[in-house]
Amino acid sequence: MSATGISTSAAPAVRTGRPWQRDLIGVAVILLASIGGYVLFPDNLALLTRIIAIMFLVLSLDLVTGYCGVATLGHAALFGAGAYAAGIAAVTFGITEPLSMIAIGAIAGAAAGLVSGVVILRGHGLAQLVLSIAVIHLFHEAANKASAYTGGSDGLSGIAPDPLLGLFAFDLWGRTAYIFGIVLLIAAFVLLRILVRSPFGMLCRGIRQDPVRVSAMGASVKASLIRMYVISGVVAGIGGALNAVSTQVVGLDSLSFTNSAEALVMLVLGGAGSLFGALAGTVVFMWFEHVVSAANPFHWLTIVGALLIAVVLFAPKGLYGTAADLARRFARSNP
Amino acid sequence: MSAVFAVERLKKSFGGLDVTRDVSLSMARGDRLALIGPNGAGKTTFVNLVTGHLQASSGRVLMDGEDISRFSPMRRVRAGLVRSFQVTRLFPEMTPGEHVALAILQREGKSGRMAGNFHAMPQVMREMNGILDTLSLGALASVPVGAIAYGQQRLLEIALAMALRPKVLLLDEPAAGVPHSDTFLIENALAQLPDDLAVLMIEHDMDLVFRFAKRVVVLAAGAVIFDGSPRDVTKDARVREAYLGSYAHAGSAA
Repeated sequence: MSATGISTSAAPAVRTGRPWQRDLIGVAVILLASIGGYVLFPDNLALLTRIIAIMFLVLSLDLVTGYCGVATLGHAALFGAGAYAAGIAAVTFGITEPLSMIAIGAIAGAAAGLVSGVVILRGHGLAQLVLSIAVIHLFHEAANKASAYTGGSDGLSGIAPDPLLGLFAFDLWGRTAYIFGIVLLIAAFVLLRILVRSPFGMLCRGIRQDPVRVSAMGASVKASLIRMYVISGVVAGIGGALNAVSTQVVGLDSLSFTNSAEALVMLVLGGAGSLFGALAGTVVFMWFEHVVSAANPFHWLTIVGALLIAVVLFAPKGLYGTAADLARRFARSNP
Repeated sequence: MSAVFAVERLKKSFGGLDVTRDVSLSMARGDRLALIGPNGAGKTTFVNLVTGHLQASSGRVLMDGEDISRFSPMRRVRAGLVRSFQVTRLFPEMTPGEHVALAILQREGKSGRMAGNFHAMPQVMREMNGILDTLSLGALASVPVGAIAYGQQRLLEIALAMALRPKVLLLDEPAAGVPHSDTFLIENALAQLPDDLAVLMIEHDMDLVFRFAKRVVVLAAGAVIFDGSPRDVTKDARVREAYLGSYAHAGSAA
């Protein structure tokens, strides 16, 4: 995307030479934040679990948009596919074991990733964006029409997951769901850190910066992107399934254009091309939305809009990207 | 002499305009060939036809006797036909080390690996450092490419070509955009290319052409008008005509 001249920008990890240290710090920050959330907001665990589920969606979007440079406004298709697959597995087929539901969500997400990847990657630039919008509308309409399985516009309810590992029942306060979500998130975070540092991750960053150069090296741009789309589908599908397990309903809004667009906004807000950015953007956006909509139910969207404009104008690399730049500059001037 | 690379009667027309007319040439291992010609002669079109970025109207491209005319650009690279670009095409946010490592990993079929990191692969690191040191880029190995000088980016283009270990290398104006005083850096880099590699270079800098090439091919209006030694090219009447038009004769009379 950006091909600006001199940028010592936020190309993550690789350069530091001590990547494991940063992984550990990342895991520690997630753990601390989740304990903090648990202690400070015991009545809001449902919201926090929803934030975790959306984090999977935004991480997944970061893989294709932030790392590979694919423009998409249809990424909720992958999330919704995971949510509906886990929900339908529970309601229609009686698969109510939570880990199996998550696995089914991941597989459905991967399949949705493959389908939307194949369609969206036919186009470039604006055409790509339009294709992605078409994809999310088709998924939405398919879920709406298949009401025998999905419940249509009423949503899919009656999802009753078994106790986790046969031990921990999903309680009314959402404690089990919250802790389950945190564990899944940390596992996904560590695996994705390994992925973005790997040769394949480096190849994908290359594709974002200059696909022609990548193909001149003899690598297939298309095959790599589709592969990343499938991986991204697994991540989003897990998020969708987690949402189905924790809320016990799946609505059409999980497959909506709005959900896709908001995920993109969260990614830009936090900083695309960095896993930390994706996580930070989701927390800030959803928490801000929660607080502001409670404080001013009439004008909260205006305030969210103003925040976005401020970030895009004054911190174009997103909150995390800009903070990382400032930290680096500070470290350089005080060695 | 067996040809590692050959082009047979290559033709390309856009509508009624013939931009490449019956171009044939062949190269043996270790050849150092310069392709020159006035602006608009069709040199870059020729490179694009050979690398598969443009589809030829007719004619064949052969590597080691194998017809690769129907191959995609990617498969041609894998067959050993590598090009560099007239305007550098690099990844501005990545370091020279990452560029070269990626090329090495790609060559070895490891670029799809989803775990590990090249810093932990001693063989890749050794080869990467070797290539960067050969081209005096060692000190810049971990500086983002967007922050290094253009001349050094040109050297990195050559480093990438080395890391891919091609059989045939097409260099599209390797010295373009480099100040004349620094051309020697490019020249030194080209001197480091393996001896058995066949190199075809497009270049406008005649000093570089005459020092580098053992053979010169002149392209004018899409056709080969000269194929021979650098010594003879300046004496050739058709070449003078192509470059200078009617002044060619005025010049020889003076």
